[in-house]
Amino acid sequence: MEAFMAIIVRDIRLTLRSGGSTITLLAFFLSVGVIIPIAVGPDKETLARLAPAIIWIAALLSTLLGLDRLFVADHEDGTNASLHHASISLEAISFAKLIVHWLVSALPLIVATPFMAIMLIMDMPTLLRTIAALMLGTPALVALGAFGASIAVTLKRGGVLAPILIMPLAVPVLIFGVSAISPAPGSGTSEAAFMFLGALSLLAFAFTPFAIALALRAAHE
Amino acid sequence: MSNKGFAGQIRLNAQNLSCIRGEQEVFADVAFQVSGGEALIVRGANGTGKSSLLMCLAGLLPVNGNVSWQRGGKSLTKPEYFELIHFIGHLNAIKNELTLAENLQFWSAMFGGDSTPIADALERANLGGLDTYQAGHLSAGQRHRLSLARLLVTPRPVWLLDEPSSALDQQGDRWVADLIQGQISSGGLAVVATHRHIALGTGANVRTLELGQL
Amino acid sequence: MNKSNPMTDTSLPANWFSRLAHPGVFLSWSRNWIAPLAALTIILFTIGLWYSFFNSPPDYQMGETVRIMYIHVPSAWLSQMIYTLMAVSAIGTLVWRHPMADMSMKAAAPLGAAFTAVALFTGALWGRPTWGTFWEWDGRMTSTLVLFLMYLGLVALWRTFEGQARGTRIIAIFTLVGALNIPIIKFSVDWWNTLHQPSIIKADGLSMPASIYTPLLIMVVAFTALFFTLHLVGMRTEILRHRANSLERRHVSARNGTSSGTTS
Repeated sequence: MEAFMAIIVRDIRLTLRSGGSTITLLAFFLSVGVIIPIAVGPDKETLARLAPAIIWIAALLSTLLGLDRLFVADHEDGTNASLHHASISLEAISFAKLIVHWLVSALPLIVATPFMAIMLIMDMPTLLRTIAALMLGTPALVALGAFGASIAVTLKRGGVLAPILIMPLAVPVLIFGVSAISPAPGSGTSEAAFMFLGALSLLAFAFTPFAIALALRAAHE
Repeated sequence: MSNKGFAGQIRLNAQNLSCIRGEQEVFADVAFQVSGGEALIVRGANGTGKSSLLMCLAGLLPVNGNVSWQRGGKSLTKPEYFELIHFIGHLNAIKNELTLAENLQFWSAMFGGDSTPIADALERANLGGLDTYQAGHLSAGQRHRLSLARLLVTPRPVWLLDEPSSALDQQGDRWVADLIQGQISSGGLAVVATHRHIALGTGANVRTLELGQL
Repeated sequence: MNKSNPMTDTSLPANWFSRLAHPGVFLSWSRNWIAPLAALTIILFTIGLWYSFFNSPPDYQMGETVRIMYIHVPSAWLSQMIYTLMAVSAIGTLVWRHPMADMSMKAAAPLGAAFTAVALFTGALWGRPTWGTFWEWDGRMTSTLVLFLMYLGLVALWRTFEGQARGTRIIAIFTLVGALNIPIIKFSVDWWNTLHQPSIIKADGLSMPASIYTPLLIMVVAFTALFFTLHLVGMRTEILRHRANSLERRHVSARNGTSSGTTS
């Protein structure tokens, strides 16, 4: 447990000290939220209809942003090699890194969502549903992204490749995420979508640490 | 170094060991045996596979051949012997953004350390008083000392060191030799790949493995 | 000299399976298989195409365009079968570190991408007269499109890892995770589809008389044979390329020689 916490504390420190990564993340998230309404046009009804999709796309793209350094930094400076001999398994270490990655790359987006909601003319109930959907769904996005990053850890062009690999796998998250916010009228689909979203995140957080640990081990050969 | 010694005699036995990286065979038919209280110095020209041998032993490369680890006569499984190993390779696993103390605290926690005072380890690595400095400000030699200070923070019976005295001055050379000497005398073992001479004391039980001889 | 390197080894392993699947032995037995497989493929295609064009009735609803199905359905079948084959090979790579499993994965990826592209293209051609549009966000077509993107990612991954031996295991992990995700993607897309387009004409809602079923079955077998022929050739090419590379490397490193050591 001490080792598990050590990873979490270290990764949070590294993010806070590496300067501006959270700012960059938020700026990117909001930029996507600004650029789409500008491209679509200011029609309020259209915007309100598209808002859930815009927020999810912005969230997906933003979580992909920080992936290139997630495991590469530890790989390049030799930390990963020594982590093999740690008193906890690489799987547990990967799980700890997933938690931090969610804290630093998804939580700020959720905090910034109300600002985005204002720009997208979103009403209050929709905003609340959006925040709930993001809370439930972003863990899956983050876990998939981290998995993609672990696949590309030894590649020089990995920063480009990981998003390409991950986007098809993120399709279910987008589908249930958007459906949870804007359900088809008069149906129970919103509740169902919320449940699926939670299930996806649980599955992703439960299984990706194993896949990530496998990939990190293979990266040394 | 705590001189309390390690419980159970460690024995590392390698037979018929070979290593393929990519398509290329790096070394073949390597055999050696080393036990607690002994050091194995691995020598050889560039490209003869010194680093690869250490990485094989550290479980970072797949092993072809027989490598067996024993403690007190009992065979160890991979997770068991992994927890005995300190591997220090070319890369020093130091985070520039963290202070010296934070770097060591992290590794102490990761290796299940019994929190030997960090300040003491830094002192012995000739980095005393720099606890709260960011590791990014260190010189190459200092970084290397910091990386070796990990050995002091958490005692572990098996050291796998790749060129431990590179980037160090003469005084650093002696320090590394003392470190290894201390590890041996407390019953641990060290496998050290190096070009340089390591002046271990006369009583030390040192074996040498020459790579690159057909 | 290379006794522990299975890619370039020429000595025979003990049990029959590893003998059959051993790269060196694989090269020699597979050579005799390519011509018969290719011949079988050609015969099947000749019969299948003749049936498809001249010996099957036009559909009462879709007319002559039903014949596109004889290309579309086999490609769609292959797009899924090839991924399954890659996933099985990935297990071979991860669990047994078998070099032939690596070759099989690598050779299958571009073929899978190609057949999936054919399935999408013929699907669009079929969609035009049937649905009045080339593309319809129908459940099947959408999941096939996502599958196509996954194939593209895998092909890109193989290209990027070219020359890195560790790439194989990493790609195997991605292939397997992808395989686990495919049912989830399929489920989510179907769910999404019923949400947005409740009344689309279902492609599988056709009643299928024997006159259509027979040529379809022959074409499926023909496509499968075509795939296995190409897959075999692809695997052989991979092995030969490996050998050429390692020969070159051996020439370069001839000066160093392989090293060995003993304790003194």
